[in-house]
Amino acid sequence: MALHQEHVVLRVVAKMLIPMILLFALYVQFHGDYGPGGGFQAGVIFAAGIILYALVFGLGAARQVVPPPVLRRLAALGVLLYAGVGVFSLLSGYAFLDYDAIDPEHPSHGQHLGILLVELGVGITVASVMLMLFFSFAGRGRQ
Amino acid sequence: MNTQLPVLVVLIPLLIAPLIVLVRNPTAAWALFGAAAVSSFALAVQCLLLVQEQGLLQAFLGGWEPPFGIEYRIDLANAIVLCLVSGIALLVTPMAKASIEREISEPRIYLFYACLTLCLTGLLGMAATGDAFNVFVFLEISSLSGYALIAMGNSRRALLASFRYLVMGTVGGTFFLTGVGLLYALTGTLNMADLAGSLTMGFDSRVLIAAAAFIVVGLSIKIALFPVHAWLPAAYAEAPSAVTAFMAATATKVAAYVLLRFAATVIGPVVVFATLPIGTALVWLACIAMVAGSIAAIYQTDFKRLLAWSSLAQIGYIVLGIGLGTDAGASAALTHMVNHGVIKCGLFVIAGVLVWRHGQATVANFAGMPQQSPWLFAAFVIGALGLIGVPGTGGFISKWVLLQALIAESAWVAVAAVLVSSLLAVIYCWRVVEIAWFGDSDASQPPAAASRTPVGATLSLAMLSGLVVYLGVHSSWLVELTAQAGADLFGVGR
Repeated sequence: MALHQEHVVLRVVAKMLIPMILLFALYVQFHGDYGPGGGFQAGVIFAAGIILYALVFGLGAARQVVPPPVLRRLAALGVLLYAGVGVFSLLSGYAFLDYDAIDPEHPSHGQHLGILLVELGVGITVASVMLMLFFSFAGRGRQ
Repeated sequence: MNTQLPVLVVLIPLLIAPLIVLVRNPTAAWALFGAAAVSSFALAVQCLLLVQEQGLLQAFLGGWEPPFGIEYRIDLANAIVLCLVSGIALLVTPMAKASIEREISEPRIYLFYACLTLCLTGLLGMAATGDAFNVFVFLEISSLSGYALIAMGNSRRALLASFRYLVMGTVGGTFFLTGVGLLYALTGTLNMADLAGSLTMGFDSRVLIAAAAFIVVGLSIKIALFPVHAWLPAAYAEAPSAVTAFMAATATKVAAYVLLRFAATVIGPVVVFATLPIGTALVWLACIAMVAGSIAAIYQTDFKRLLAWSSLAQIGYIVLGIGLGTDAGASAALTHMVNHGVIKCGLFVIAGVLVWRHGQATVANFAGMPQQSPWLFAAFVIGALGLIGVPGTGGFISKWVLLQALIAESAWVAVAAVLVSSLLAVIYCWRVVEIAWFGDSDASQPPAAASRTPVGATLSLAMLSGLVVYLGVHSSWLVELTAQAGADLFGVGR
């Protein structure tokens, strides 16, 4: 019998915790430039939220929430977002990943936005790779 | 000169790898890999020409100047390595298509090419960067994708081979990182040029000695130098043929280049070759590798394994050049990196064709094959002559340069080891020739259709064999280039 059918406490607590975890991941993601945090940590926390969901409600339910083929694309997309910021600055005539290019009038705004975008790319890739790792280990021997 | 060119060499394959994952179509994935190889090669050649014309190329990532930011720094030595890696990727591309379609199941082909492109990115990055920590990052990119590529081999043994490489490779990477960490603790900088500048002040500390030891041992594992070589034969034999052709010609060579870079400039020849006996140790280990690798190659029954053991011996020549600690030795090492890369890549393409036809490449089954496919075996003979070092092939030139460097240092034992190893190479190549031409082919001849060669492989092989001969006949430009590169590395005026 699956975990979620017998343990009411676990189910209720997990349902309360998961949104908090995901929200906290976003907080860590977007405050990485001011305080401790950033894309890597945020990606891991976000993935941890989904992994908790998979543990309590089963692997099948989690795979419906985030299908593995989508995860592969997201992992690639995060890298492209990161590199895309660099290519944008290259095309604008600056050095690779020179965020001044994003807002030449106010370089400090450019730096701010640049690091935010790059970290978002990192976060997306880290979260999807963490989940892919979890799914491939948890799904072993089930097919 | 400050330009973004060195960044682009690495950036384009890095961008194409995720694109391949998004595109998913096998043919498009192959075409994208080819595009990455072509553009990297064009940019690498452009880098080489610019370096020859104007000297050092520098690129500052994010506009942050070194020693604070990451710097990509191209001089002659790494321009040569960049051209070699991207050139080999380009030459393997035509061969890869048919070979991979046969060896890897279709739904995984796009992931295979994504990994291959990432491996290319990592190797190019290791060569291009001027930042010691960045070398580690790219080392891991190339290694991790390399483990995945090897594990995609046909048989289940590929998984074990990949796992053994993973364990050894991770130890190597960790040792290298520990060494870099110690250097950082000592100097507070990770920029290679800055490190070299700080370390010339003559640190006589145990930290520096430990750092040098960690870095040399870590890189030796990646180079597959004699006592830490055990991962290589199985990994090369079990990996998909196109991967072996690519990695045998590039992965160990780039690691050898990094060793050369750290020994000659970052840590400095004074510490590596005078204070510590690292140079002597490398020379002895290289001599053992040359002789033992060739002897082991004689006893192999599998063609890929034979070539893999021969690679171990040939890597010995490269490390021998580095271990001499002179500019002539460094240029001999660079020359042999290029020549051996081209020769071994060609031979592994032949192995790939045989695997494509018969599902395996056992030397005992070669009997009668030269009559069916003369051109394939003609290409083998060219490659074998190159391995032995017969005049007219690139292998002769690099051995000639190496022997000159050895004689200049009066390293007679090493000279003897080179000659013995060459004689042993004659034996293991002759064994293949003897079985193929004079062996009894049994009645169960493979049908004529099985002697076909894919067009792409023919193209790859024609270019590689042509290059082996070209580098043997018209070699003065390469010798001059590497001589200058070696002189630049050791700061000797020429």
